[in-house]
Amino acid sequence: MSGFSISRRGLLAGASALGASAALSACGAKTGSDTSSAGAKADTSGDTVKVGLLNSLSGTMAISEVTVHNALLLAVKEINAAGGVLGKKLKPISQDGASDWPTFAEKAQTLITDDKVVATFGCWTSASRKAVKPVFERNKSLLFYPVQYEGLEQSPYIFYIGATTNQQIIPALDYLKKQGLTKLYLVGSDYVFPRTANKEIRAYAKANGMEIVGEDYAPLGSTEFSTIVNKVKDAGADAVFNTLNGDSNVAFFKEYKSAGLTAKSLPVLSVSIAEEEVKSIGTQYLEGQLTAWNYYQTTPGAANEKFVKAYQAAYGKDKPTSDPMEAAYISVYLWKEMVEKAGSFDVAKVKAASDGIELDAPEGKVTVDGATQHVYKTARIGKVGSDGLITEVWNSGKPIKPDPYLKGYDWASGLS
Amino acid sequence: MTVILNQSFTGISIGAVLLLIALGLTLTFGQMGVINMAHGEFIMAGAYTTYVLQKSISSAGVSLLVALPLAFLVAGAMGALLEWLLIRRLYTRPLDTLLVTWGVSLMLQQLARDLFGAPNVQTAAPDLLTGNISVAGITLANNRLFILGLALLCVLGLTLILRLTPLGRRIRAVVQNRDLAEVSGIATERVDRTTFFIGSGLAGVAGVALTLVGPIGPTMGTNYIVDAFLVVVVGGIAQLKGSVITAFALGVLQSVLEYSTTVSVAKVIVLVAIVAILQWRPQGLYTLRTRSLA
Repeated sequence: MSGFSISRRGLLAGASALGASAALSACGAKTGSDTSSAGAKADTSGDTVKVGLLNSLSGTMAISEVTVHNALLLAVKEINAAGGVLGKKLKPISQDGASDWPTFAEKAQTLITDDKVVATFGCWTSASRKAVKPVFERNKSLLFYPVQYEGLEQSPYIFYIGATTNQQIIPALDYLKKQGLTKLYLVGSDYVFPRTANKEIRAYAKANGMEIVGEDYAPLGSTEFSTIVNKVKDAGADAVFNTLNGDSNVAFFKEYKSAGLTAKSLPVLSVSIAEEEVKSIGTQYLEGQLTAWNYYQTTPGAANEKFVKAYQAAYGKDKPTSDPMEAAYISVYLWKEMVEKAGSFDVAKVKAASDGIELDAPEGKVTVDGATQHVYKTARIGKVGSDGLITEVWNSGKPIKPDPYLKGYDWASGLS
Repeated sequence: MTVILNQSFTGISIGAVLLLIALGLTLTFGQMGVINMAHGEFIMAGAYTTYVLQKSISSAGVSLLVALPLAFLVAGAMGALLEWLLIRRLYTRPLDTLLVTWGVSLMLQQLARDLFGAPNVQTAAPDLLTGNISVAGITLANNRLFILGLALLCVLGLTLILRLTPLGRRIRAVVQNRDLAEVSGIATERVDRTTFFIGSGLAGVAGVALTLVGPIGPTMGTNYIVDAFLVVVVGGIAQLKGSVITAFALGVLQSVLEYSTTVSVAKVIVLVAIVAILQWRPQGLYTLRTRSLA
């Protein structure tokens, strides 16, 4: 055993001497041998395998991403307590993406080449996902992405565990339309998710007789919203569709309340505010406002009770659970199921085994769609209560099939 | 019409924030010529002072009022310490000052991260400051009015100190002609430290005000430092009047442009305007006329 580990160390030293780029081009040269190249990089030789956790533990996104990181750690701990995956314990390696997209790409590369992780879990903003996407594709390594996003993407090396557009934004628009709120003002952070989401919302609105009365973007991390709120107030909208991310939301909702706008006079539907954000923005600023997700802490079911209890036992009994946390939590379990079905950590085999994997998740039943590498999810619209929790006011009744390119919608044909 | 009035008020309130964060800099950068990149972290120190106070004093209103003088002292003391430890050794080397204070700024950010955690935190605003009042169809947010009042109070206080007190006279003397002041018997080193104390303390006060509009985080200072320098540079260093006028002008310009275009376009136009102004008046809008040869 010791002799083996010495020879492995020798191999490692040799590889690092060659340099990361040389190792990469060697892998690239072996075209067609997808399996062996991935196997050579991810280290599965010992009693433990490493999994990468890539989240912003600092910066403007930390408000949200730290909780996702906690949920990932919880899942890893539970899986280890139950015997691990294929008899091997998981060793989580955390890297801080620092709310900075190039840093995400750099840390992803570190996880793959230096730590030789078998899979990576994390990222929140689409900008960070877009930044790491080529890294995972180049290295043929897997990323499990736990957050709702704008759709129109399908990387062979990413599993999208959060909702795509037709599982969150479109149901949310359907809901607003049903409520008779047809004049929308779009407010978002200035990066890929809000820009793309709003493009889709515009297309939807055009096809469904809704009107977009204004559209504004603030730089990520911006805290000056007085003018945007004034514009919202003057535009004569029925509702605001909010795709702001991170703690810009704090400044936006403080300003919103200061300007005398309320959930009654002009409701805001947010797609990036979950329980954790409600708590840190302040319940008094958000009470009565709407959110669109696939999971709330209050979602009924035994699986959710168990998850909430385990999370609060680990991180404090006043800590809320949220949709991205739940998606992160189940992403590790879904990966475990895939690996066990495949009987191997090998990336190609795991991908091949993914279709049809089911889980009784806290959010209800989820099923992996192998073709798109997305997940069937139930859409849920919620309302923020005075206790800071979100209660469901509507759901789609059954898990919706993921449709990242919105092929099932005629109005979306012009989008790309 | 209400749109114009509303936007004017918004602009003035943005200007008040700019003025508050730039006010301390008019002393340390404007009067003393020190490029202090850690100025933003003194703002952060003031904000975190509010946060810490609110943990021990439950009433948001009381903790805010206590935080104002306390943040002044905390940030001021940090500034005085920085001046005594590093900056006074580098008065003749502005570029080194820039690099050293930037390093200090990074260290302070990391210190805040270690002390308070990396995620940003929030403070509760007193109920009185979360509402608004309507005057003739325009909405005046109470927290903005508070910041405006605070900014004007700080300007007034600073003006009175500079104009009427012996300390102010000494500060002006040192700014106008350091050598002459020194041969006249003024302890210029002590004046420098006091000036730096006041300038940094004002950054702390700005930090308290910023907790009313946004989150508190280790990097919050960096969001504001560039704007603060812009105000002082355009206003003309060494002149309080210039900073006041520039802060409000930039605020109104930003908000009016933002209303008719977008946030990013407004920012671009404002920056282009600043470049144009500096082409026309490289020394800034207002300059101090002195007889010193330097």
